[in-house]
Amino acid sequence: MTKPTGRLHRWLDSWPVYRQLTGPDRTGRGAAAQSPRSRQLHARTSAAEPPARSVCPYCAVGCAQLVYTKDGRVTQIEGDPASPISRGRLCPKGSASLQLVTGPQREQRVRYRAPYATEWSDLPLDTAMDMIADRMLDARRRGWQDTDADGSVLRRTMGIAGLGGATTDNEENYLFKKLWTAMGAVQIENQARI
Amino acid sequence: MGSNMAECHPVGFQWVMEAKQRGARVIHVDPRFTRTSAHADQYVRIRAGTDIAFLGGVINHILGNDLDFREYVQAYTNAAFLVREEFADTEDLDGLFSGYEPGRARYDSSSWGYEGAGHHPTRPMESGMGGPPIDMPARIAEDPTLQHPRCVFQILKRHFSRYTPEMVERICGVPQDRFLEVCRAWTANSGRDRTAALVYSVGWTQHTVGAQNIRAGAIVQLLLGNVGRPGGGVYALRGHANIQGSTDIPTLFDLLPGYLPMPDADRHPDLAAYLDAMRARGQKGYWQGADAYLISLLKEWFGDAATPENDFGYGWLPRINGDHGTYRTTMDMIDGRVFGYLVMGQNPAVGSANGRLQRLGLANLDWLVVRDLTMLETATFWKDAPEIETGEIVPEQCRTEVFFLPAASHVEKAGTFTQTQRMLQWREKAVDPVGDQRSDAWFFHQLHCRIRDRLTDSTDPRDEPLQRLAWDYRLEGSGAHEEPDPDDVLRHINGLDLTTGRTVDGAAQLRADGTTACGCWQYCGVYAHEQNQAAHRKPHDEQGPYDPAWGWTWPGNRRVLYNRASADPDGRPWSERKKLLWWDPAAGRWTGYDVPDFPATTPPGHVPPEGARGPEALRGDDPFIMQGDGKGWLFAPQGLCDGPLPTHYEPHESPMRNPLYGQQSNPTRRVYPRPENPYNPSPPEAHGEVFPFVLTAARLTEHHTAGAMSRQLPHLSELQPELFVEVSPELARMRGLTHLGVAHVVTSRSAVEARVYVTDRMAPLRLDGRVVHQVWLPYHWGPTGLVTGDVVNDLLGVVADPNVLIQESKVATCDIRRGPRPHGAQPTGRLDSLRARAGGPAVAGTTSGTAVPREMP
Amino acid sequence: MTSDAVTRELAEPPDALARANGYDEPPPRVGFFTDTSVCIGCKACEVACKEWNDVPDDGLDLLGMSFDNTGMLGANSWRHVAFVEQRRPAGQQGDGWALLDEMTAEVEPRLRAAPRGGSELGTTPLPTAPGGAVQDLGMPTFTRPGDGTGAETRTDFRWLMESDVCKHCTHAGCLDVCPTGALFRTEFGTVVVQQDICNGCGYCVSGCPYGVIDRSPLDGRAHKCTLCYDRLHDGLTPACAKACPTESIQFGDLDELRERADRRLADLHQQGVEEAQLYGRDPGDGVGGHGSLFLLLDDPEVYGMPPAPVVPTRYAPQIWRRVGAAAGAFALAAIGAFVSAAVGNRP
Repeated sequence: MTKPTGRLHRWLDSWPVYRQLTGPDRTGRGAAAQSPRSRQLHARTSAAEPPARSVCPYCAVGCAQLVYTKDGRVTQIEGDPASPISRGRLCPKGSASLQLVTGPQREQRVRYRAPYATEWSDLPLDTAMDMIADRMLDARRRGWQDTDADGSVLRRTMGIAGLGGATTDNEENYLFKKLWTAMGAVQIENQARI
Repeated sequence: MGSNMAECHPVGFQWVMEAKQRGARVIHVDPRFTRTSAHADQYVRIRAGTDIAFLGGVINHILGNDLDFREYVQAYTNAAFLVREEFADTEDLDGLFSGYEPGRARYDSSSWGYEGAGHHPTRPMESGMGGPPIDMPARIAEDPTLQHPRCVFQILKRHFSRYTPEMVERICGVPQDRFLEVCRAWTANSGRDRTAALVYSVGWTQHTVGAQNIRAGAIVQLLLGNVGRPGGGVYALRGHANIQGSTDIPTLFDLLPGYLPMPDADRHPDLAAYLDAMRARGQKGYWQGADAYLISLLKEWFGDAATPENDFGYGWLPRINGDHGTYRTTMDMIDGRVFGYLVMGQNPAVGSANGRLQRLGLANLDWLVVRDLTMLETATFWKDAPEIETGEIVPEQCRTEVFFLPAASHVEKAGTFTQTQRMLQWREKAVDPVGDQRSDAWFFHQLHCRIRDRLTDSTDPRDEPLQRLAWDYRLEGSGAHEEPDPDDVLRHINGLDLTTGRTVDGAAQLRADGTTACGCWQYCGVYAHEQNQAAHRKPHDEQGPYDPAWGWTWPGNRRVLYNRASADPDGRPWSERKKLLWWDPAAGRWTGYDVPDFPATTPPGHVPPEGARGPEALRGDDPFIMQGDGKGWLFAPQGLCDGPLPTHYEPHESPMRNPLYGQQSNPTRRVYPRPENPYNPSPPEAHGEVFPFVLTAARLTEHHTAGAMSRQLPHLSELQPELFVEVSPELARMRGLTHLGVAHVVTSRSAVEARVYVTDRMAPLRLDGRVVHQVWLPYHWGPTGLVTGDVVNDLLGVVADPNVLIQESKVATCDIRRGPRPHGAQPTGRLDSLRARAGGPAVAGTTSGTAVPREMP
Repeated sequence: MTSDAVTRELAEPPDALARANGYDEPPPRVGFFTDTSVCIGCKACEVACKEWNDVPDDGLDLLGMSFDNTGMLGANSWRHVAFVEQRRPAGQQGDGWALLDEMTAEVEPRLRAAPRGGSELGTTPLPTAPGGAVQDLGMPTFTRPGDGTGAETRTDFRWLMESDVCKHCTHAGCLDVCPTGALFRTEFGTVVVQQDICNGCGYCVSGCPYGVIDRSPLDGRAHKCTLCYDRLHDGLTPACAKACPTESIQFGDLDELRERADRRLADLHQQGVEEAQLYGRDPGDGVGGHGSLFLLLDDPEVYGMPPAPVVPTRYAPQIWRRVGAAAGAFALAAIGAFVSAAVGNRP
């Protein structure tokens, strides 16, 4: 069979049966059946921007992750083969990082529960921060201890407590400890005590 | 031991699998047959909470058969040092060491010291990681032949002499032949040519003898010469991405950055007293630099306001005076003494022991701030806590004001995590967070700005540290997004030379005169040469086996701690096969594959001059550079509050009497008797039979800790969708439980409902002439998420290790019954009747000295 | 083309599979080698697959089959980690298996009732050979794990784990019976469903002797492992193999994987693991060998896989000859449907 050319060829070639009869794939189960979409399939990471080099947020093995983005959105997270720790591999939790970061379970807005309320309500972030700062200073003052029973200096507050840090960056923990200590707060703990 | 590495650290386990394929023998000791056991060459089932008996048996096997690595032990450990005459062992006092004060449930440790050396008393939470200093004479009394009856070696031998294979079987339920198989494998794979590594996790720490569990492992490894050498070591596998970092830069009450202690009200009234308590006459090693570390920290915190005249602002620091741990704080919440609580990335309502205690604490706050990625039980307790069903929390009557602030995820901010082998790795920011999501750095910065503004005009001296706080980090973002640039914060953590404004390159450059500022001395070098070393990413196939150009490992980017011990006393590798570091006489320095963890030019035969202190006082064969005597401690003369040697004590809740001593449990364990925290009775108390089974809990691969990062994800939730309880077929038959049927596990705290898994991975133990059944549950569930379930931690009471205040959540006693747990207001009623059978509420088992020693000599 | 030519092509074990399927200068045939002896059962493969391919969850059901809550491969589970607890005695335990019948009775109905994407549409029992006994191949065995396999005489408790996946057969039943050309052989020798073509007829479901391919209850179309066809176009390793922490799942050129599998088998035999065996390695088996090979530590049925599967279309040529249908373009185009009908009609 001689092959037609030009537009007719392209039109005919889009028809799998024609491809099967004219091409080498006589059973019609291979190249002839391949759809244009299949032919053009590519990994979504190949079109992405260069990945950010990151670290898995779950356990403390410290597996390296590559975070692929497109148009300001995370499109894929997978292991970084260059890592001497993980060699590109991830466990099921690390492999679920994309869902962790992009899933609908992520809260995006401040939620506020007023005393005695039975439901959440909305609150602007800035207002929330002002309210929290006011409450911190108030609780700090109310829980203040200058000295113990023997007169030893304490200069601390027991009115506020903090918990958390094992999921937080070193730089953030540093600011937490620094601010907390300057406030005179000693009750600060994290998962390491557990 | 105490670790389920394949399930909890699967990607790390690739190295174990690879070692196994190269011929390494893998042994797993665990109460339960796990995915780790499935790949072990040998699996040993053990009764939960008896690790010291097992390891003590190994120590006894080593010493009784002269299998220790004698050259290593003689040169690098304190085996030869003599202990004071006043010291009395648990063998002499039926389970107590000398110095026990029964009324106060604590020790006066003064009799545990080295002969001739000064002694600082050991009290919990007062000494940071360094422990109290050792006030040392020029030379500690010693017997290099290890024969003196009071030398550490002989004391160790006597202390463990009754930890025989028979005793191991009786206590742990491990058949003698299986136990001896472990001993043979461990000793055969140690020495000049071979090393063995020991891996543990919270299966060791979460006990009333947690610190001593690890001590026992360290003693075995020191005796066999497995510390400081490639393929050796004691590995703590940690559970959260930055739990190591949050210990180094501690969001913990008892520490300042770099394991410096928080100032203590009694012992550290001023800077001089603080520094004196850290350092002592003749003390060796790097803790001698504590003055430079602390003063540089104060300079970073208070900037120009920290001057020599005002003790660099030391007086502005708050003081601790005892236990301010998370459980103590929670109880103070219930008692109305804590008003506000900030919780970030943690879920105590599910993840902490005695969940009900936690939630009752939350319900009695004025306000609560929760920062997290997703909604979780700690934020929603007021509407979905189990106590709502029982009527203990009524939403309309609960006054706690709750702020939930959505957090930025790990890809929405840059920063470092410190992983479980002390390596800091920098994360690049990939995208901006959306909506109200913000980083924690943003939160603290914004909070600081608001507080500073409110205190601008204050004349109250209490506000001085806040007014003087140095907070001039480079900012990025603007307006509502303004936050400190984490790169600049890391640079300040690394430390600066204030005379030049440039970064310091290592802790040795820190000075005590106020000319350097450093946020964490231990992280000095992470920004050496004005470069973020944690961001180094040279692929592993382009560098050597220790990969120094990937990330940055504290201290000083060395990958194996105490690596001086990888060479023999003369500075030669112990063997070609286990070569790591060696002395190069021609160059006059230590060299090798890793950064030397030792003064680089101190030769092997070096003897320090009289009166030297600190690093200069280290002999050429003192590899343990953070210890005041430079040696590995087989015997801990100070630093631990429950004894200088690990001793088998039964868990706080146990079905068994301690077969070794009259003293049943750790005599110094921290108990918190109160109505919300009742304990199950244990022998020799009556009514132990009410809770006849051993309860232990742990994690699954498919979920993460308290579940907030996994229960909300469909791809993880579907893999383990429901709470289940594993029991052996024998226990199932005994209690009429059917596979996949419903059962409830009961303790005096709570009842938890779960689906039953009948599996041969659980098995009863035969020990001490009886059968002991163990019950296991994973603890990931709570009322929130795609998959929900009862909170397993509600079953546990709070009782803690006295050294570190970590709760004993890896072992308790329980009963298990078929069918659903009681619902509605009933559980408390039903529990009350159980508690009554168990000897009344709250009082059972709440005293530390649960047993009067059989014979007090 | 004559019916003989078709017969020949269907019966021949094609070595240059892609070339036979009409690709000029195709890349080497690729596949998986799943070495179950190092599988730690972490299920990273299941999650990595779903994250990359955007496969939804498969139901939040507790199945009670050890740690396996996926149950089987399906439209929404393209990797499935099976867990097999094998009888011991470990330590001093008594005979605990008395309860096993009870366990089985509990597990089986739940598994069958679990919402599985469209498996009811096609996974009817398939004969493994003409006149052979009907065997349920869609699910793991419900008998006592290890029964009749010699496991009774073992002295150690074993917990076997295995990550199952589409076999990418050399003679792929699903592909043979697909009437629309949605299923096709890629240039890499793998078998892929083209979602832009599949009309959800479900013939492929009964064409698979392993119970792999399945229709989705969400879109009605057939879904299964694509061996990350999109990633292959960019030279990337499939998501599951890349994530696997212990290299239990290895990806590569099939020829090389076969050698690797042979070496690993020899190593294990040398170490005394005599029960180790390869599955899908033999190009002469009923499906012409797999594109994804397995190293198993017990017989395939222990893991819930058929011991000697045969592609249902293997006997199609004889039928074809007997029917004696005239060759023609339209018949060729409809060959898949035709073969499927023939299979369906067989007693």
